Amino acid sequence: MAWTRKHLLDIESLAAEEIVTVLDTARAFKAVGERAIKKVPALRGRTIVNLFVEPSTRTRISFELAEQRLSADIINFSTEASSFKKGETLKDTARNLEALNADFIVIRHSASGAPHFLSRVLQAGVINAGDGAHEHPTQALLDAFTIREHKGKIAGLNVTILGDILYSRVARSNIWALTKLGARVTLCGPSTLVPRTFEQLGCRVTYDVDEAIAGADIIHLLRIQHERQRQTMFPSIHEYAQLFGLNQARLARTRPDALIMHPGPINRGVEIDSEIADCGRSLILEQVTNGLAVRMAALFLLNGGKGPHEVTGD
Amino acid sequence: MPESAVILNAAAIQRALTRIAHEIAERNEDDAGVVLAGIPVGGDHLAARLAGILAGIWNHPVPAGILDVSMHRDDLGRRAAPQIHPTVLPFDVTGKTVVLVDDVLYSGRTTRAAMDALNDLGRPKKVQLAVLVDRGHRELPIKADFVGKNVPTAPDEKVQVRLREDGAPQDEVTLEKK
Repeated sequence: MAWTRKHLLDIESLAAEEIVTVLDTARAFKAVGERAIKKVPALRGRTIVNLFVEPSTRTRISFELAEQRLSADIINFSTEASSFKKGETLKDTARNLEALNADFIVIRHSASGAPHFLSRVLQAGVINAGDGAHEHPTQALLDAFTIREHKGKIAGLNVTILGDILYSRVARSNIWALTKLGARVTLCGPSTLVPRTFEQLGCRVTYDVDEAIAGADIIHLLRIQHERQRQTMFPSIHEYAQLFGLNQARLARTRPDALIMHPGPINRGVEIDSEIADCGRSLILEQVTNGLAVRMAALFLLNGGKGPHEVTGD
Repeated sequence: MPESAVILNAAAIQRALTRIAHEIAERNEDDAGVVLAGIPVGGDHLAARLAGILAGIWNHPVPAGILDVSMHRDDLGRRAAPQIHPTVLPFDVTGKTVVLVDDVLYSGRTTRAAMDALNDLGRPKKVQLAVLVDRGHRELPIKADFVGKNVPTAPDEKVQVRLREDGAPQDEVTLEKK
């Protein structure tokens, strides 16, 4: 399917065929990463601004490297060194960056909808690198890519997402991507962090961990997002580890071919036992490698996208 | 319905490939150093067929692979992103004579992108170009070493190569009015 978008704002608005186009394109870019010369000239002469208004290490590094491997010019802009501290609004900051003729703005922001807002006020293409608890589309795409690479398909698989769903943009984007591609998604975690309202997105919600992971092909673990919780949603980290952490005893009761994923950063001993994070069934580091390929693919496709222009003035 | 004329039928395509294979063999005395790199879509299948014919001439297998050029095109950002096909070259191109294989030679821009893509994978000793159809209208100083058929065309015409490997009922090259 031909790609026409110039913004990548969320998974919710993508069609299943568009998701598959990104995954197929990413296969070729993964091969580029395995060559002696890992750079291609596809985005030569393009300028990309990485606007990270919320701290990030792996996503920012992954985007930067993806952009470099596509031969784009890069401007990095982060909270610490920015004029946000001097009281400039997001819109003004972005317009200033655009005045430097930026072609794409990759934005990470603590406010849900910030990338959508920018896409309406800028001419440049906007890529959401995580907005609040809303979406993190490239994470879901790299997760889908990793699952498809290992299982050969996504349709019909049982995927269990375990942990802090309520505050997780990774969970939301994954739910959209996986259900669109035909997987059966089960959500599990403390009831305070896994509200039943998620059933409206086509998922199953359960609070019984062993039941949730028993038939799973993929067990996707999420970190507790301390930074987004206004009050403690469960009694203690220790209790969470006891009740919901993936340990050897629990793993022994899963399917032997069930694979374990985690978007990182992992908290060893909390949501996942240290040995499990490093075991052969863990795809955690492969997810990082694949993230690079998927972000290269997304940028490559967006570069050719004209899209319906969404500029609405103010 | 656009006008369409068959310019090469299945037998003519087979004859053209056989002749190209013999020309490749004649040009390259060091047959051990020759590898084929087909440019998708179309060129990859032709490269595989040429490798089969060359193997018969030289009495040893001739390596053939797929070279995707879409990341090296010069029109990216001016059009919708092209569909990418994974590059599969099961050999090191460094020091080899690489014969690029494409179905139709037109502006020459695909060939330029192919040479750049190849350069990222190593340093071939020589690069040669084999095409089934040369339809003219070059925009770059590029010339094919081996040509199946020269076809004078108008810019508003389209050369369609249909191969069985892509699900066509029979091999066929047609010239169509747009």
